[in-house]
Amino acid sequence: MNSDAQLVTSDAHQTASDSPLRSFLRATAAIIWKDLSAELRSRELLSAMLVFALLVILIFNFALDLDVEARNSVTAGVLWVTFSFAGTLGLNRSMAVEKDRGCLDGLLLAPVDRSAIYFGKAIGNLIFMLLIEIIVLPVYSALYNINLFIPGLLAVTVLGSIGYVAVGTLLATMAVQTRTRDILLPILLFPVVLPVLLGAVKGSTFFLEGREMSDIWPWINLLITFDVIFTAIAFMVFDYIVEE
Amino acid sequence: MESKPRFLSILDLVSLTLLLVASGLVFFYAPMEAVMGQVQRVFYFHVAAGWVGMLGFLVAAVAGIFYLRTNDHKWDVVGLSSVEIGMVFAFINIVTGSIWARPIWNTWWTWDPRLTTATVMELIYAAYLMLRSGIEDPDRRARFGAVYAILGFVSVPMTFFSARLFRTIHPVVIGTGDPSAQGTFNMTPKMLQTFLFGLLTFSFIYADLLWHRVRLGKLNDKIEQKKLEAIS
Repeated sequence: MNSDAQLVTSDAHQTASDSPLRSFLRATAAIIWKDLSAELRSRELLSAMLVFALLVILIFNFALDLDVEARNSVTAGVLWVTFSFAGTLGLNRSMAVEKDRGCLDGLLLAPVDRSAIYFGKAIGNLIFMLLIEIIVLPVYSALYNINLFIPGLLAVTVLGSIGYVAVGTLLATMAVQTRTRDILLPILLFPVVLPVLLGAVKGSTFFLEGREMSDIWPWINLLITFDVIFTAIAFMVFDYIVEE
Repeated sequence: MESKPRFLSILDLVSLTLLLVASGLVFFYAPMEAVMGQVQRVFYFHVAAGWVGMLGFLVAAVAGIFYLRTNDHKWDVVGLSSVEIGMVFAFINIVTGSIWARPIWNTWWTWDPRLTTATVMELIYAAYLMLRSGIEDPDRRARFGAVYAILGFVSVPMTFFSARLFRTIHPVVIGTGDPSAQGTFNMTPKMLQTFLFGLLTFSFIYADLLWHRVRLGKLNDKIEQKKLEAIS
């Protein structure tokens, strides 16, 4: 992990002469690449998230008795509870590995903009979350014989994941720096991220029920607004939560 | 130790007097509402408490912004104090609302947008207090608290609007509400006067409590400093 942090540093040195935007993008890409290659070697995070997600669906199967009538109205809710639980698991882990051996300090020492670190971590987390969704959606479709491959539903899922990860990365960075770090993230995250869950669940349900687009647009607009506002806030305040 | 400021004692007295007068107005001056009867009188303090709750959270968010800008510890004390007061009044708002809803809506609770938002607000600020209690370093505690207070306050209106896309049954007394709302009424001039007086009273109580709580916070800091001096 330490060598990865150094890699980021040297990478940023090389690009110091480039334009600010390019060096920002390169720093972001370097952090994303670091997370992906670390995950490719260990496969800890994805496998844990995936098994956990499948277990949550299994529990819902017994708890809710997902028969044919219930499926249309409940599917979106079950999926989003699954994604958000698996998501907290991933967010917690992805920031905890940075904190554990002082990797976060190494990242902060790198001569790059702090927000590049935020966007790098957030996009990395988003990729993990989308990978889980890419696996869970077909599995759910097969298990419950319900067609989830509606383009609109997939778009809502992506928009929801962006909002969830934008806030989640910020709060996970805060949570890992506290004494009660393992239990704190869901408590901090869920009340704040509630509008995005509401929008995603309602939007997906309407797509599954085949409603008119005029009914669905308000929810999509809400999701987009949420994504923009919270990414902007996270961008502005991230400096303050990593400074020592 | 500095003694209690004189102006604070005056504010105490003013708030207490206003509260007594406001209670008098609510029970004896405001006319009885024709359809709902006595239970409608809860409305005056219900809205006033909700107002103070929102005001408290707004002040906390603004104090958070000032703290991040200036790094001045006093804004942290103001933010924490305001959240604590806001939580108490938001809770009073929920409880009085439930008391009113039982006879009028025939239920203590329903997942109406306003009720949902009120609950989420309480949970956000409960999380705020838990976040603070998990951090020992005072600087970091203040920074994280400020960030979370800002984030939480931005999330609250979003929750309200998203929940509002469902139908609402909560009455809107000021302005025009949804015709399907249950328990709406038109205010007579006397009711309006009582209502506005209630808002004023609760604003004074908020200012008074905030001052007391900030003063307590500052004294607390002083004790911590003295302790550190005694050890070293």
